[in-house]
Amino acid sequence: MNKILFESKSKMQKNERVINKTLTILGMVSIFTTIGIILSLTEETIQFFRSVSIIEFFTSRKWTPMFEPANYGVLPLVMGTFLIVIFSSIISIPIGLGSAIYLSEYAPKKVRKILKPVLEILAGIPSIVYGYFALTSITPLIRSIFPSASVFNALSAGIAVGIMTIPMVSSLSEDAMMAVPDSLRLGAYALGSTKFEVSTKIVVPAAFSGIAASFILSISRAIGETMIVAMAAGSTPKLTLNPLESIQTMTGYIVQISLGDVPAGSIGYKTIFAVGTLLFAITLILNIISRNIVKKYRRAY
Amino acid sequence: METKIRVENLNFYYGNNRALTNINMEIYRNKITAFIGPSGCGKSTFLRTINRMNEFIENTRVEGKVLIDDEDIYSKKVDPVELRRRVGMVFQRPNPFPKTIYENIVYGLKKNGVKNKEVLDEVVDTTLKSVALYEEVKDKIHKSALELSGGQQQRLCIARAIAMQPDVILFDEPTSALDPISTMKIEELLLELKNDYTIIIVTHSMQQAARISDYTAFFLNGELIEIDETNKIFSNPRDKRTEDYITGRFG
Ligand SMILES: Nc1ncnc2c1ncn2[C@@H]1O[C@H](COP(=O)(O)OP(=O)(O)OP(=O)(O)O)[C@@H](O)[C@H]1O
Ligand SMILES: [Mg+2]
Repeated sequence: MNKILFESKSKMQKNERVINKTLTILGMVSIFTTIGIILSLTEETIQFFRSVSIIEFFTSRKWTPMFEPANYGVLPLVMGTFLIVIFSSIISIPIGLGSAIYLSEYAPKKVRKILKPVLEILAGIPSIVYGYFALTSITPLIRSIFPSASVFNALSAGIAVGIMTIPMVSSLSEDAMMAVPDSLRLGAYALGSTKFEVSTKIVVPAAFSGIAASFILSISRAIGETMIVAMAAGSTPKLTLNPLESIQTMTGYIVQISLGDVPAGSIGYKTIFAVGTLLFAITLILNIISRNIVKKYRRAY
Repeated sequence: METKIRVENLNFYYGNNRALTNINMEIYRNKITAFIGPSGCGKSTFLRTINRMNEFIENTRVEGKVLIDDEDIYSKKVDPVELRRRVGMVFQRPNPFPKTIYENIVYGLKKNGVKNKEVLDEVVDTTLKSVALYEEVKDKIHKSALELSGGQQQRLCIARAIAMQPDVILFDEPTSALDPISTMKIEELLLELKNDYTIIIVTHSMQQAARISDYTAFFLNGELIEIDETNKIFSNPRDKRTEDYITGRFG
């Protein structure tokens, strides 16, 4: 009897070891892939900065690597990305947060049961569909209001990216708000609060870390979004704040060059690694900020 | 002795289950009234009919009247949000907001449009003093309320209720999650508070009811069995069931 027990225990320990090893290996794979990505980016990036000074890269106001005279100022691309982030956030943050508040605090159970899956399906639509939507619906609408707007413009793409990221903001914010215990809501009601006051003064602040994380994630998505901007925002690197003009984002530039016939090893080829590294750095910083916010305002209740 | 609350023919239903049956009682101003009775007899349900907190539970229904200062709080004219500003509540588990001590206390006032910082500071000081928390927390008023101990948190919740200057404060087993010393502090506090407020407290502790309340109501299976001055209830109850319960012969 004892012997059987003992044997089965050692067998379990063996299984445990195998599982442990497998998971370690899988974890290693993901770490090594990340390191690999960074290495492949750095090598070409270093070579790029042998020919172009970092100062020019960050201060020159023109990005014309394929023309004569070639200029390597990345600011126009950064500005393009910035415009997309601004307009997508103007759409996704208020609408996403509003619908999260509605779903978590106001919607009857039945409505939530239907709306939540619908939102999640929306999140699964490929971005190329949003690109089409931008070109065929949003752009004509913009041009009917602002006749001066270009066929390709930052506003249209920004709005489409915003619509795409609404479900992410709303779903993550709603999760954070649902996690706020009811005892806090009841405590606020007992002090004579209206539903709106409970939502905005108690639940949203209590869920702040999760909500802020959802905002930052949606900004990261907007920075990294490629297909929509390639289709609808244009391919004209331009240092402008006017959203009605054709622009180009960092990602838009990378696809354009990757799909073109730039010879490998040329300086034009290396630009995409430099831009890619910058993109990587920006998203990394955002991630770190987001982690700090989550840590600082971690659910304290 | 002035009647503050009068309950007339009150029934309460969760769905089809009747949780309170034909309750009639009077509660007096500036007195502490304790509700006692076995678990599930409807004490909390009854308490929540007095500030209409039952409305947050789906599928419930009230019949009858609860009059506060002769006004039926279930009449259409009464706004439940307004009502809850007049009838405060402290819960079984301390539930401070995840904000600073200061923000917890001024939450209600700020919401009602009080902005003057001097007024708010003053209210924070006086309410913290009246719940005997001032000395313990005066150096961390702008720190998170969640850093306080359970007993301190509960006193903060009382402070938060008092800051609204209600007429009535309802306590649902306010000390059942606390240690004996915190319990004692809160009992002392309630005795202080009855000079300014009408207090109702649900408690499972017979000793607590005997120590602090002026009146005691005994409930059983959703019915009010009897209510009387506390010393009469404990020394000479009229109903056999009350006697059985307080002597521990219940069941
Ligand atoms: N949210 C609810 N939904 C349905 N029934 C409920 C609900 N809350 C309480 N009840 C029922 O109503 C009756 C009275 O419950 P209540 O909580 O008022 O009792 P109590 O006297 O406060 O008990 P305890 O001393 O355990 O707190 C019980 O039978 C309980 O099952
Ligand atoms: Mg109860």
